[in-house]
Amino acid sequence: MSSISGKAMTHLQQLEAESIHILREVVAEFANPVMLYSVGKDSAVMLHLARKAFYPAPPPFPLMHVDTTWKFREMIRFRDRMVAECGLKLIVHVNEEGVQRGITPFTHGSALYTDVMKTEGLKQALDIYKFDAAFGGARRDEEKSRAKERIFSFRSANHRWDPKNQRPELWNLYNTRIRPGESIRVFPISNWTELDVWQYIHLEKIPIVPLYYAAVRPVVERDGMLIMVDDERLELKPGETVEYKSVRFRTLGCYPLTGAVESTADTLPAIIQEMLLTRTSERQGRLIDHDQAGSMEKKKQEGYF
Amino acid sequence: MAHQSDLIEQDILAYLKSQEEKSLLRFITCGSVDDGKSTLIGRLLWDSKMVFEDQLATLESDSLKVGTQGGAIDYALLLDGLQAEREQGITIDVAYRYFSTDKRKFIVADTPGHEQYTRNMVTGASTAQVAVILVDARKGLLTQTRRHSFLVSLVGIKQIVLAINKMDLIDFDEERFQSILADYRLFAADLGFSSIAAIPISALNGDNIIEPSANTPWYQGPPLLNYLETVQLEDDARQQPFRLPIQWVNRPHLDFRGFCGTVAAGTIRPGDELQVASSGKTSRVSRIVTMDGDLPEAVAGQAVTLTLTDEIDISRGDLLTGIGATPLHTRHPEAHLVWMSDEPLQIGQLYLVKSAAAVTPGRVTRVEYVVDVNTLEQKQAPTLGLNGIGVVRLELDRPISLDPYRENRATGSFILIDRFTNATVAAGMVIAIAPLELREKQITPEPEGTDAVGNRIITLSGAATSGPGVSLVDLTRQWGTLEFQLSPGFMEHLGKGNRILFRLRDLGQLPAVAQLAYEQALSFEFDRTADAVSILLFKRDTALQPRSYDDDGTGI
Ligand SMILES: Nc1nc2c(ncn2[C@@H]2O[C@H](COP(=O)(O)OP(=O)(O)OP(=O)(O)O)[C@@H](O)[C@H]2O)c(=O)[nH]1
Ligand SMILES: [Mg+2]
Repeated sequence: MSSISGKAMTHLQQLEAESIHILREVVAEFANPVMLYSVGKDSAVMLHLARKAFYPAPPPFPLMHVDTTWKFREMIRFRDRMVAECGLKLIVHVNEEGVQRGITPFTHGSALYTDVMKTEGLKQALDIYKFDAAFGGARRDEEKSRAKERIFSFRSANHRWDPKNQRPELWNLYNTRIRPGESIRVFPISNWTELDVWQYIHLEKIPIVPLYYAAVRPVVERDGMLIMVDDERLELKPGETVEYKSVRFRTLGCYPLTGAVESTADTLPAIIQEMLLTRTSERQGRLIDHDQAGSMEKKKQEGYF
Repeated sequence: MAHQSDLIEQDILAYLKSQEEKSLLRFITCGSVDDGKSTLIGRLLWDSKMVFEDQLATLESDSLKVGTQGGAIDYALLLDGLQAEREQGITIDVAYRYFSTDKRKFIVADTPGHEQYTRNMVTGASTAQVAVILVDARKGLLTQTRRHSFLVSLVGIKQIVLAINKMDLIDFDEERFQSILADYRLFAADLGFSSIAAIPISALNGDNIIEPSANTPWYQGPPLLNYLETVQLEDDARQQPFRLPIQWVNRPHLDFRGFCGTVAAGTIRPGDELQVASSGKTSRVSRIVTMDGDLPEAVAGQAVTLTLTDEIDISRGDLLTGIGATPLHTRHPEAHLVWMSDEPLQIGQLYLVKSAAAVTPGRVTRVEYVVDVNTLEQKQAPTLGLNGIGVVRLELDRPISLDPYRENRATGSFILIDRFTNATVAAGMVIAIAPLELREKQITPEPEGTDAVGNRIITLSGAATSGPGVSLVDLTRQWGTLEFQLSPGFMEHLGKGNRILFRLRDLGQLPAVAQLAYEQALSFEFDRTADAVSILLFKRDTALQPRSYDDDGTGI
């Protein structure tokens, strides 16, 4: 992304510079930052930017994956490979309490499951390791309450977000002051759109989980979504059959809650082409957003990422 | 995203190539409550086909439930994403939205019109290049229109669209349009805008937003989107003297010392000579390091890592500059301040001042004047309250490197942070170095013998502490246990709001100062930096409202 003499910076170069500035600011100002690494395309871009920001040093913070135990197996493989290649420390946190109570997406419904395994799990991990800043790969164009969130987003000691009382955020001067126990969630790619992320992955040749590319995979149709049968824990309901279809994923999460789209796009340009020509947003494939109106705002207030 | 859909379908690689070259424009919508800002952006997103089908379904059901249009589509709901906003039908916080056309990418910040949320409007404005100021054609200019216009001019936005909205409600009356425009030009004459483009629109119905409207045959100018796509951005940051605020020093091993930061102005190449603003030390650029290989040059806006040819002392908060273009390096900036906290500015109280990478405690010593946003008149006032805008003098605990804001937005801006609540309480824009009279005066006292138990007596006289502001009493060369004696003028001097800064040799001198504070009922602030231990002694102004502080662990 180097700039050519005399030419104005392109929008991607500007976005990249802004993100690197944010990453460095956190490392300079916080004692114990962490990067929440969800293994998806946004995390891939965020990690790539972190490597650029601190080159030739590796990013001076660990990655943390809040694992629900229901992630696609390919995601876990990819995660471990990336961490090894980048020479980074990875913390994997699972909400063991939730596991012991037998909370699964099938038995307890997506809302409770997400709350326990993702939100609670994240809060536990932040408390255990006493992280004062946590990078997240959320973007403002994803959802209407995210569109309102600051880049440096303050969280109380109980991890709560107060959307009606956010700190002003002026220029690129970020207020990083917190008291013990409080923390800041930092979103370095706040201003990137889905297209920006894909274009950047394309230009910078950033590796992503193969699930983003179309391939023939076993799926069942459930509640109007195509759910991939990623392991034996997915039990078929009466009338459901496993079909083999050429599918891919626009976003990645827990396999029982993530809808696949039928597609033959098996290259990056083809994915981008498909994305540009569809008329639905990427979050549509996420079951958790549909639970109730304003649900993302509510989840965020309670400490969801 | 139906733009260029043919090219997307036929040659995606060519399309992607064409996207790489696009420029980015950041703009805001602002103006008074209910003038139609959110509706305008909602409509713009809608008409440029940026609304997805699932979002449309949500919008339709939301419009039925909480819309202001009697069940018809309420475009503002695409922007007002917080529950509280939807319930009240207003914007509370700034929403960032993204869209693109064949020519440009846009980041728009839709800001709230309510005075109560002015700080959120300033948040959006601080990073914008163009402002779309809305006016309700039925109401004309209101106080908030003027306040927002003034704020827009303060943060350095030069290109303005005056969008005269709700033309559908006044039968697209040209005369009314012209008279509002004339009012505005009169008001804005001194605001330093380089251009004001007035457009008659209906945000609700889409007139003159994307296509020229048949309802305004008398209007010859471009529709809003066309203006935004073609407005020339006045960006000469690269031609200005080089500025790099150091954010982070990258030291992975002993053989590499990289200085990281975002270039605030100018252009730099390996071999160029640079200067550290605080120390005056110079060196040359050795390499511009990136993960993709070294660069032959870096320009304003890029986030870079430089290595230098010499081992000179540079740390976070330093400003690297080109030779012969020195910035202000001062403890006493004079600045515009926009106050953003419910609790008014406390003169003399210590806040944290954060500028590009530098953070230092500092205080406002004086409000020179406040600005009446309706008339733009300067008025005398003792302090600044919520949404107050004025010119103040600051006194920082240590000098930092700055530029006048009008010369450089990145190195001329700062924020004030309340040390107790950690709230961001003000936005500051540097004007110049404050006039001389407020500078500190330094005294190096000599002990006048010892008392009965062998303490060395130091007299603090009114004369030694004359002159307003802070006097520095240097105790770093005093040995033994100290005791202070006061001359008559001393307490009177502190009573006027003046302060004494003791620079200590070590902690052994602390009890003597504490004893003095105890006996005379004074307050003090303790500070330890890398090279000094100091105590600031002052008399709390009892006329100010007492406030309750939570313990923030600093022990003050
Ligand atoms: N007739 C008509 N009504 C409009 C027009 N533009 C906006 N409105 C209506 O005016 C009301 C206020 O619109 P908003 O877009 O919420 O106003 P706003 O400026 O964003 O308000 P705040 O953000 O709260 O300051 C809504 O009921 C809109 O439907 C217009 O061009 N014509
Ligand atoms: Mg609004």
